[in-house]
Amino acid sequence: MKKNKLLLLGALSLAAVNFGPANAADKLTLYCSPQIEWCNLMVEAFSKETGIDVAMTRKSSGETFAQIKAEARNPKGDVWWGGTGDPHLQAAEEGLTEEYTSPLFDDLHPWAQSQAQSANNKTVGIYAGALGIGYNTELLAEKGLPAPECWADLAKPEYKGEVQIANPNSSGTSYTTLATLVQIMGEEEAFELMKAMHKNVNQYTKSGSAPIKAAARGETTIGITFMHDMVTQIVSGFPVEIVAPCEGTGYEIGSMSIIKNARNMESAKAFYDFALRADIQTRAREAKAYQVPSNASAQPPDEAPDLEKLTLIDYDFAKYGSSAERKRLLKRWDDEVGALPR
Amino acid sequence: MNRVVSLWLAVGLIGFFVLPWYALEDAFWSFGWLLDGYPLDRDTAPAIIQIAVHGKVWLAPLLVFVLAALLVVRTDPSARYFAPTLTFAGVGGLGYLFLQGFTIGIGGWEFASLEALFGPVERQFGMGYGAVLLAASFLFLLTSSFAARGSVSGDVFVAGSIGLVIALIAAFVFFPVSRILISAFQDNDGVYTFTLFVEKITDAKIWGLRCLAENVSCGVAWNSLILAVSVGFGSTVLGLAFALVTTRVRLRMGRAFRVLTVLPIITPPFVIGLAMILLFGRAGVVTQFMDWAFDIPPTRWIYGFTGIWLAQMLAFTPIAFLVLIGVVEGVSPSMEEAAQTLRADAWTTFSTVSFPLMRPGLANAFLLGFIESMADFGNPFVLGGNYGVLSTEIFFAIVGAQNDQGRAAVLAIVLLTFTLTAFYVQRRWVGKKSYVTVTGKGDAGLHATLPRRLTWPILAVVIPWTLMMLVIYCMVMFGGFVETWGRDHSFTLRHYADAFSVTTGEFGLVWSGAAWNSFWTTITISAIAAPLTTGLGLLTAYLLVRQRFAGREAFEFGTMLSFAIPGTVIGVSYILAFNVPPIELTATGMILIICFMFRNMPVGLRAGVAAMSQLDRNLDEASLTLGANSFVTVRKVILPLLRPAIAAALVFSFVRAITSISAVIFLVSADYHMATAYIIGRVENGDYGLAIAYSSVLILVMLAAVSLVQLFVSQRKLGRRAASERQPVVDRSEVAPA
Repeated sequence: MKKNKLLLLGALSLAAVNFGPANAADKLTLYCSPQIEWCNLMVEAFSKETGIDVAMTRKSSGETFAQIKAEARNPKGDVWWGGTGDPHLQAAEEGLTEEYTSPLFDDLHPWAQSQAQSANNKTVGIYAGALGIGYNTELLAEKGLPAPECWADLAKPEYKGEVQIANPNSSGTSYTTLATLVQIMGEEEAFELMKAMHKNVNQYTKSGSAPIKAAARGETTIGITFMHDMVTQIVSGFPVEIVAPCEGTGYEIGSMSIIKNARNMESAKAFYDFALRADIQTRAREAKAYQVPSNASAQPPDEAPDLEKLTLIDYDFAKYGSSAERKRLLKRWDDEVGALPR
Repeated sequence: MNRVVSLWLAVGLIGFFVLPWYALEDAFWSFGWLLDGYPLDRDTAPAIIQIAVHGKVWLAPLLVFVLAALLVVRTDPSARYFAPTLTFAGVGGLGYLFLQGFTIGIGGWEFASLEALFGPVERQFGMGYGAVLLAASFLFLLTSSFAARGSVSGDVFVAGSIGLVIALIAAFVFFPVSRILISAFQDNDGVYTFTLFVEKITDAKIWGLRCLAENVSCGVAWNSLILAVSVGFGSTVLGLAFALVTTRVRLRMGRAFRVLTVLPIITPPFVIGLAMILLFGRAGVVTQFMDWAFDIPPTRWIYGFTGIWLAQMLAFTPIAFLVLIGVVEGVSPSMEEAAQTLRADAWTTFSTVSFPLMRPGLANAFLLGFIESMADFGNPFVLGGNYGVLSTEIFFAIVGAQNDQGRAAVLAIVLLTFTLTAFYVQRRWVGKKSYVTVTGKGDAGLHATLPRRLTWPILAVVIPWTLMMLVIYCMVMFGGFVETWGRDHSFTLRHYADAFSVTTGEFGLVWSGAAWNSFWTTITISAIAAPLTTGLGLLTAYLLVRQRFAGREAFEFGTMLSFAIPGTVIGVSYILAFNVPPIELTATGMILIICFMFRNMPVGLRAGVAAMSQLDRNLDEASLTLGANSFVTVRKVILPLLRPAIAAALVFSFVRAITSISAVIFLVSADYHMATAYIIGRVENGDYGLAIAYSSVLILVMLAAVSLVQLFVSQRKLGRRAASERQPVVDRSEVAPA
C-alpha cells in the first residue's frame, strides 16, 4: 500500500496545480508589442475609463505573431496592439485577424488608412516611425570621420568596420531598410550599395534596435535603425545624432489588429476605438514613446522626428509586406550580400 | 482483496463519479466550482452527469473499462485471468480516453469525415481533475498487470514508476515535440513535401564550409558544434579543477569557492553578456584601459566565438562543478589509501585510481556542458556578433522576419542529432565498467590530497577565473545603482525603487513596484517546480541505474530529449500541443511548471545517475534481503546516500526555472508573467538599470535558496574521518558500520 502513496502523491500534485486562467465578466486579453511603459499606460487608461479588466502580455511583434499563429485554432488573445506593421500584414494575409473598421477611421492620417486598406481592414496604423542613420558623436570626432548624410555614404571606404545594421532575415527593421533602398534606387542599384556596404558592416545584429544601442555605448560608430529608437538613446543621455538620409527614407507603421474569433469581441472593439482616439495617442510621450501618432489631431511628442520635414518615400506596404516578395528579397540578400567574404 | 487494484480503482471511480470532468476556467485553490452549480452545471459536472444530463454519451464506454477492473479486485494476482483483465482495463481505458479526446474537440468533431458518419456532437473542453484521475487509474492498473505478469520481478512500485515516467514523457515531451518536428516536412500551407525538407536540411547556411578557404561565416551547424565541444570540454576541466580545489586542497578559502562557483548558475540570462561587453567591448573598461596604458587599439574581439565561449564557460562551469563535486567526494578513500599503501605516489594514485573512478562524472559533466551550450540562447544573442549558432538561428526563424517554422524545425532536427550523438558517444566512453565506490563496508579513510604537480596548475587556473568572476559580478551589482550603466555613473536608487517599491496604502502595504507581480509568480512557480523536477529526475535515475527492463535504452533516450531541444522549439511546440483539448494548458501556471519539470529533469537525472553508479548494488540487496521492499530501500538506503545529488538537482531546477528564458517567452501569459520575460523586455528597450536591479535581487534570492538547500540536504554522512579531527568520528551513518 505504502508504495502507492508516493505515486498517488505524484499524480495528485500534478493535478493539483492546475491554475486555470482567470475569468471575469468583462475582460480583455491584450497582446502588446511596444515597450512595457506604453503598454501599462494603455491598460491603465482603458480599464479606468471602461471598467473592463485587461490582462496584458508584452512580447515583441515577432514573438506575438508566432504565438497568435500557434494559437490560431483556439485563440487566447483579443487584441494585438502595436509592433511593426509587417507581421500585422502577414497575420491579415494568413487570416489570423478580424476585419473591423473603427468609427474613428476618417480621423487618421492617410498612411494609417492605407495600411488598413492594404489588409482589407484587418489591421490599422496606430503610429509611424521613419528609418534613419544614427552615429555616436564622440566616436566620430575621435576617429575624425565626416558625418554620413546619405544612404550612399555608408558604402564609403572610410567607414570600414564602423557600421552596424540588423540582419534582414531576423529583423523587421532591417527588412524595412532593405525594402526602402530597393524602392529608392531600384533593386539592382540597391543591392550594389548593400554589397559595397558589406565591408563596412562590423556586425549584422539579430535584433532591429541593437545597432543604435551599440552606437550609443560606443561599440560601433554608426547604426541604422528607426529614428524613435535613436531618440530613446538621446533622451537617456547618450551622444547620438540622428541623420535623415538625403535620398529620402522609408518608415514603419506600427499597427493594431483584432484577433480572429476573439473571445471578448465587444471589449476588443472598444479597445480598438479607444486606441485610435487623439487624446489617448497624445499621451504616448508619457511612456517615452517617440513615434508619430496616427490620429491626425493627436499631438506628436516634441522629441519625435517631424515626419513633415523628412523626405518620406511612398512606401508600398502591400507589395513589400507580402510573403512572396519578402522571401524573394531575403533570398537575394542571402545569396548576394550575406554570403560575401569580408 | 488486492490493495493496489482497489486503491487505483477507487481513484478512478472518484474521477468518474465525483470530480468535475472538464478543466475549469478558474484557479484551483479557490474551489469556487463547489458553489458554482456543481454537480449539475455543464462546466463542473463529473463524467456521469455529463453523460446522463449533458448528452456527452461518448464518455459512457469508459465505465466499461473501470468495471472490468472491478471484476478482479478480490482476485489473487496469480490467478490466470487477473493480468489480462487489468491489461484490458488499462490499455482500453487509456486508449479510449485519448481517442475521444483527440476526435471530439472545442468545435465538435475534429475530422469532417467523422461528422459525416455520426452527425454533429457537442463540443468538449480539455481534461479536468476527473479525467486526469481516471487516466492515472487506468495507467496504474495497467502497470499492475505487468507486474502481475512478472515484469521487473513482479515489483509493483517499479512497474508503476516506469509506467508513470513513460506516460509523462510521452505526454509532455514526445507529443509536443513531434507536433513541431512534423512541420519540417510541411511547406507554408501545411502540405507535406519531402523535397523541401531535403532542400532545407542541406542548405549551405547550415553546412557551408567556405569559411575554411575565405573570410566568410561557416554554416551554423559547424559553428554550434565547435562551440559546444569547446565549452563542454572546457567547462568539464574547469569544473573538475574547482571540485578538486574544494575537496582536496587544504585551503582556507575552499568554502568561498563553493559559493562563488554557483554564482553564474543563478544569474539571469543576458546579465553576464552585458557585463562582459561593458568590460571587454570596444568601449569597455578593460579595453579602454589597455588602449590608454599599452596602446592596444580597441577592437571588437569579444563579439563572436571568443565572447560566447567565455560567457558560456562562466555560465556552465558551475553545472559541471555541481555534477563533479558529488563524484569527487564519492570516490572511496580506502581505494586511494590502498594505492598509497602499495607505494604509489600521489600522482600515480590520482591518475590510476581517483581519476578513472571519476569517469562517469566527467562524461556526464561534458554532456551537460555540450548540451547547455547547444541550447543556450542568451549569450550568443548578446555576444554572437556574426557568429551564428543553431539556437539563435532557430529563435529568429520563428520570431524573425522570415516566420519560417519549417526551417526552425529543420534546424532543431540538426541540433537534436548533435546532442543525441554526444549522448551516445558519452555512453560508449563510460562503458559498462563498474564505478562502485560506496559499498557499505567500513570506509573510514581520508581523501588523498592532490599531487603537487596538479595543485599548482589547478590553482593557476582557478584563482584568476575566480577573480574575473568577482569583477564581473561587482560590475553587475554596480550597474543597478547608477543612472545609466556605461554612461552616467552617478549613484541612484531609482531602479530599485521602480522595481521594488512598497508603499503603505489604505489597506496596509501596497506592492507598487513594477517587478513585484512577476517576481512572486516566478518564485512560486519555481518553488513548486523544483521538488517535482527533482523527484521525477531521481526516480528516473533510479529506474535507469538499478532496474533492468525491456526498452531501457529507448527510455533513457526519451528522457534526454526535452533537455536537448532548444527552448524556443519547446515553447512553440507547447503552444501547438496544449492550446487545444484534450490537454489544454496555455495561459496557465501549470504549463510553466510542466515545461520546467521536463526541461530540467535531465539534470537531476544525470546527477542521480552519476551518484548512483557509485553505490554498490549490494546495499540494495542487503536491504531487500532484510525484508524491505524496493520503495523502503529507495527511501532508507539510496536517498540518504544521494543527498549531494538531491541538493544539486533541487538547487538546479529551482534556479533554472527562475533563469530560463527562451521557452518561457512563449508560455508566459498576463496572469503568469515570469521575471526573465520582464527583464528581456527591459533589455530590448535599452533600460539596463532596471533589468540589472531586478537581476541582482533575483541573484540574492537564489543565493539564499541555495544556501538553505546546502544547509539542509547536501551533506551525506559517509562515515569518513574529518581531516582535522584527532579521534575517529562516531559513525552515525545508516549504511557504513565502521
